[in-house]
Amino acid sequence: MDKVYADARTALAGLVKDGMTIMAGGFGLCGIPDTLIEAIRDSGAKNLTFISNNAGVDGVGLGLLLETRQIRKMISSYVGENKLFAQQYLSGELELEFNPQGTLAERIRAGGAGIPAFFTKTGVGTIIADGKEVREFDGEQYVMERGLFADISVVHAWKGDREGNLVYRKTARNFNPMMATAAKMTVAQVEHLVEPGEIDPDCIHTPGIFVKRLVHVSNPVKRIEQRTTRKRESAATPAAAGEEV
Amino acid sequence: MAWTREQMAARAAKELRDGFYVNLGIGIPTLVANFIPKGMRVQLQSENGMLGMGPFPFEGEEDPDLINAGKQTITELPTTSYFSSADSFGMIRGGHIDLSILGAMQVAANGDLANWMIPGKMVKGMGGAMDLVAGVKKVVVVMEHVAKAKDGTEEPKLLSACSLPLTGAGVVDLVITDLGVFAIDKKGTGGMTLIELADGVTEDEIKAKTEAPFKVALGQAPRSSAA
Repeated sequence: MDKVYADARTALAGLVKDGMTIMAGGFGLCGIPDTLIEAIRDSGAKNLTFISNNAGVDGVGLGLLLETRQIRKMISSYVGENKLFAQQYLSGELELEFNPQGTLAERIRAGGAGIPAFFTKTGVGTIIADGKEVREFDGEQYVMERGLFADISVVHAWKGDREGNLVYRKTARNFNPMMATAAKMTVAQVEHLVEPGEIDPDCIHTPGIFVKRLVHVSNPVKRIEQRTTRKRESAATPAAAGEEV
Repeated sequence: MAWTREQMAARAAKELRDGFYVNLGIGIPTLVANFIPKGMRVQLQSENGMLGMGPFPFEGEEDPDLINAGKQTITELPTTSYFSSADSFGMIRGGHIDLSILGAMQVAANGDLANWMIPGKMVKGMGGAMDLVAGVKKVVVVMEHVAKAKDGTEEPKLLSACSLPLTGAGVVDLVITDLGVFAIDKKGTGGMTLIELADGVTEDEIKAKTEAPFKVALGQAPRSSAA
């Protein structure tokens, strides 16, 4: 079945309603579905809850929806690369729920896999465990966390075929594969749109069953938050070493 | 003479072992990568979804799709693999990572760690820190021994109990500061033990700047820091 829509606005037409919960993939500005986020902004829907590891930066990614005050609540692990976010949070306009990054990833994975809750040792003995069931297994304490499932997920992939089979690229994968599984309606933007059969079935990251709609965004503007390089003359350095310039 | 940031990183690098999978936090822990002994095979994990982190790219070769957990551009190695954040934290929570080196605001004598939130200030979030300290086999903290305020006053950071909200309870194995190294018996009741002094630092100076109770066993390798 051909799941491709002409553009992001058409793909989201009639889907986004006030008060919905939406997942948006990406880590920082890496692998964010920026074109679909713009289309959510243009939908004008308000009081949205966003599940996303971060909240973009001013004017980019979810930062766009902060400008238009369309977000009522964020479920994230790390925010505040964003002045507007701090402002709206401190003034009480914006509700914020912090999740440890791994707990957030697993809540989404669980939600997509039909698992309503799970136990993790992350956060035991911290305020994250407040009000949650803590249970002992094999002599260790674990806190219960709930699965997450959204009305809509928007994800970014490097390559996709018309059936919705997706391939991500490098660390732009991050939260996108789990989010693709954890919503009633998953819409993907892909940099390269190909015909079924052109992607090796052994190399598909997200099977098309999870993806309902697809948009081709051929030249996405990819931003770098922390451009870090090393000097050319430096000899072979160990892993991750080098001067920040 | 206390240790510099580089000397602290070099000391932390002594906790590395051949074949280790390691996660390095932001700040001084990142510098540890510069001190991996030649010939030692260490794979660095980046919790956004990468194992086998390479050096920063040459100018002009940055790839927006290839960043580390600090959102810095990096490169890949022949050993690199990419995976989702769920798989990444499965690795971390599941105890497959050997060593995590990270910074801290406060550490308590029982191994409690606080490094994510100061009540009353804008909180940015814990990111992956809570998962790392809960799941990684060995947790090493690298931090300044005291917190220096703008007016020059000093607050101890090694405490009998953390006053800030915790990142993890009973999670720290080793603390490396600019003044020395402490081992912590996080699973038992042994508390904290001073095991090394930085060059030119005396036990008395450390006592004066440490609120937490600690034993002294200089020159001995305590059980909890053995690999």
